[in-house]
Amino acid sequence: MFAFLSRRLVQAMLVMLVISVIAFSIQDNLGDPLRELVGQSVSEAERQKLRNQMNLNDPFVIQYWRFLKKAVQGDLGTSYFFKRPALDVILDKLPATLELVFGSTVIIIFFSVPIGVFAAIYPKQWFLRLVMGMSIIGISIPVFLTAIMSIYIFSVELGWLPSFGRGETVELYGWTVGFLTKDGLLHLILPCTALSSIMLPLFIRLIRAEMMEVLESEYVRFAWAKGLSRRRIWFLHALKNTLLPVITVGGLQIGTLIAFTILTETVFQWPGMGFLFLEAVNRVDTPLIVAYLIVVGLIFVIANTIVDLIYGLVNPTVRLASSYSGGD
Amino acid sequence: MKILNCKSFFGGNGFKLIFSLLFNCLIAITFTAAVNAKTLKMAYDADPVSMDPHEQLSGGTLQLSHMIFDPLLRWNRDLGFDARLAEKWERVDEKTVRFHLRKGVKFHSGNEMTALDVRWTFDRLKRSPDFKGIFVPFESLNIVDKYTIELVTKEPYPLVLHTATYIFAMDRKFYDGYDNKGRAKDAIVKHGDAFASSNASGTGPFIITKREQGVRVEFKRFNNYWDKRSPGNVDKIVLTPIKEDPTRVAALLSGDVDFIAPVPPADLDRIDRNANVDLVTMSGTRIITFQLNQKRRPELKDKRVRQAIVFAVNNVGIVKKIMRGFGTAAAQQSPKGYIGYDPSLKPRYNLAKAKQLMKEAGYANGFTASMMAPNNRYVNDDKIAEAVAGMLAKIKIKINLKTMPKAQYWPKFDERAADIMMIGWHSDTEDSSNFTEFLLHTPDESTGYGQYNSGNYSNARVDELVVLNQKETDPAKRRSMLQEIERILHEEAAFVPLHWQDRAWAARKGVDIAPILNVMNFPYLGDLKMN
Repeated sequence: MFAFLSRRLVQAMLVMLVISVIAFSIQDNLGDPLRELVGQSVSEAERQKLRNQMNLNDPFVIQYWRFLKKAVQGDLGTSYFFKRPALDVILDKLPATLELVFGSTVIIIFFSVPIGVFAAIYPKQWFLRLVMGMSIIGISIPVFLTAIMSIYIFSVELGWLPSFGRGETVELYGWTVGFLTKDGLLHLILPCTALSSIMLPLFIRLIRAEMMEVLESEYVRFAWAKGLSRRRIWFLHALKNTLLPVITVGGLQIGTLIAFTILTETVFQWPGMGFLFLEAVNRVDTPLIVAYLIVVGLIFVIANTIVDLIYGLVNPTVRLASSYSGGD
Repeated sequence: MKILNCKSFFGGNGFKLIFSLLFNCLIAITFTAAVNAKTLKMAYDADPVSMDPHEQLSGGTLQLSHMIFDPLLRWNRDLGFDARLAEKWERVDEKTVRFHLRKGVKFHSGNEMTALDVRWTFDRLKRSPDFKGIFVPFESLNIVDKYTIELVTKEPYPLVLHTATYIFAMDRKFYDGYDNKGRAKDAIVKHGDAFASSNASGTGPFIITKREQGVRVEFKRFNNYWDKRSPGNVDKIVLTPIKEDPTRVAALLSGDVDFIAPVPPADLDRIDRNANVDLVTMSGTRIITFQLNQKRRPELKDKRVRQAIVFAVNNVGIVKKIMRGFGTAAAQQSPKGYIGYDPSLKPRYNLAKAKQLMKEAGYANGFTASMMAPNNRYVNDDKIAEAVAGMLAKIKIKINLKTMPKAQYWPKFDERAADIMMIGWHSDTEDSSNFTEFLLHTPDESTGYGQYNSGNYSNARVDELVVLNQKETDPAKRRSMLQEIERILHEEAAFVPLHWQDRAWAARKGVDIAPILNVMNFPYLGDLKMN
């Protein structure tokens, strides 16, 4: 276990290193941060002076080396726009994005598992087929369009839900959370639904397909023959085995979910990491861009590690990679 | 039925009844007062970058400055001047203008505003990388007495009052000393974290009570605000930035916010038709143009070719179809109301004449040219570029168009990377000469003139007029010189004028925004009346 985790740690650091090199090397093509920082009438001489002050004229290797030296101490640079350490800015906004992602995950699990399972058990049922068909709409319409449409319908026309922002938040162990207040929950509904609309059809179909296959397998037939109750077969034996590949896919899709928060947060003016990143790209706030990519890379590695661990727990027959290399 | 009399209820003491009645009345009054406290919820597309008015020269900074600071004088809707911290002013000699300051004006900190604060502010403006360019013609600000100052310019300068609108008095005692990191409190730092970026003390109608950058800014009304005649009744403002246009409009229509700006052109009709919301539009002062690079493409050196291009561009059609009426077609740089505006210069779309001019110049078969434009800087910038490319194809000029985000576009503009490049401009001084100084004066590194003259257009007479203008204080003489510049540029087709972008704001009914709005987009929220 320890070997496994330390291997993963090394992998995480490698991932972050590669990301930082890539992010740094494209920074010249992102644009000129000075344009966003100074007015139109500022002379060229003043601009050059600022460039020198900000060390933007040094060669790539020197800039990167400087960045690396500070990065190992935990300082990923200072945001040009926020004038605070980039890592602090991102960690400030992280709870908002995690809340969004968590809310979407809850919605996805809550809907996809029952629908997928029952769609597998009753494949000809018309209601379930209708739901599956409609879920395709969710994935074919771009997420920002779904978001804008839902704002228009539920906020402007019906007036049931708020149109933007996070609403009231409270501090919970140092994190600002919104789901503990009624206002915050209302603000969570539309963004989480919009975000979940991309993943929902995938998971419904995946669970349905897996479940159908599992229901045909030998041991399930044996369980039927043995006379176990339906509920036990479906929800104890079949479901567990169905969820294995779903968990693995879920781990990978977390990356997609985080990527789509960029669009969802922008439409809903949700003060999270994704919105922060989009603004940073528009402003060419390079330290923030690099820091965001590294943090997301790290989140991805952590999430997949957790997924692998869960997989190992759910399926005891699987041995984690390190067990083999130990040698017996 | 039990009869409650005061004796039985309060244990025999009538005074207690009166006291409790009074107390309840007091609670009721404060409650109603609280309920009557007017809170304005507003949404711009971005929140203020910094609380330091000298950190960045931008519309957002100036809008904030008008909320928490006050200038010596400010523009009004008719492009005249309203007295603010300066009660009156007069020209003493050709290089000096004297301002008489209002007495008894308090800063948010409680300190009184005097001539020393104004001089301190002026010195800081001269140090600010963004603002120093505007104050180059100024020699110094001299103190005559506690409430009288004089602005002295190096040469006779006509735009002293225009520039005085940038002097927002700052509380020098508040910014004196060092912060807890040992840095000077008055330091102007662009990409560090300075005291002045997150702390402010001015004389303005509002004080910032809470600020979460990128999320919201909360203001409350300054109780000791000097302008007792202001009709404004807003006690609290909550400003949230909403970057996406549709979301901002939805927030207004659903009642989540009371006032939004800017209003995207695509939603103008919808908001106009909505009974609960008021739309205010105004003709703007930002000119959108294309510059023609004579160095890169020698064909553009020929005046007839440039004129042909101007005749081929149907800018009236562009305003009607692409901008959907949200603009005013232009034939010169200065908008109506500016001193250099020449009413005789009109948009001149004439395709037949364009073709004829091309033939005369010897380019009946046309030529190829490259064009670049931003796609997220001006309203419909990329669509305008595509339309113009299509129009030039009609006179056989084959255009290779590239559009890109502004962050990548401006470096390309600096490099003069294409034959035809789009640029929009608004004059910081609300004066006509500013356009020509930056856009069409012969590029001169030592003075900074022609910094954005990507076409390398050069006309000695225009240059001469620009320099003369800087020193001429007689408005009538200036008008004739500036109009002459516009006529020369028009005749020579120095650039392709498209239109001036309109401005639009929207607020729910009951928030009376029309009187406080102006063409510079500085809503004077201190004077806003709402119910």
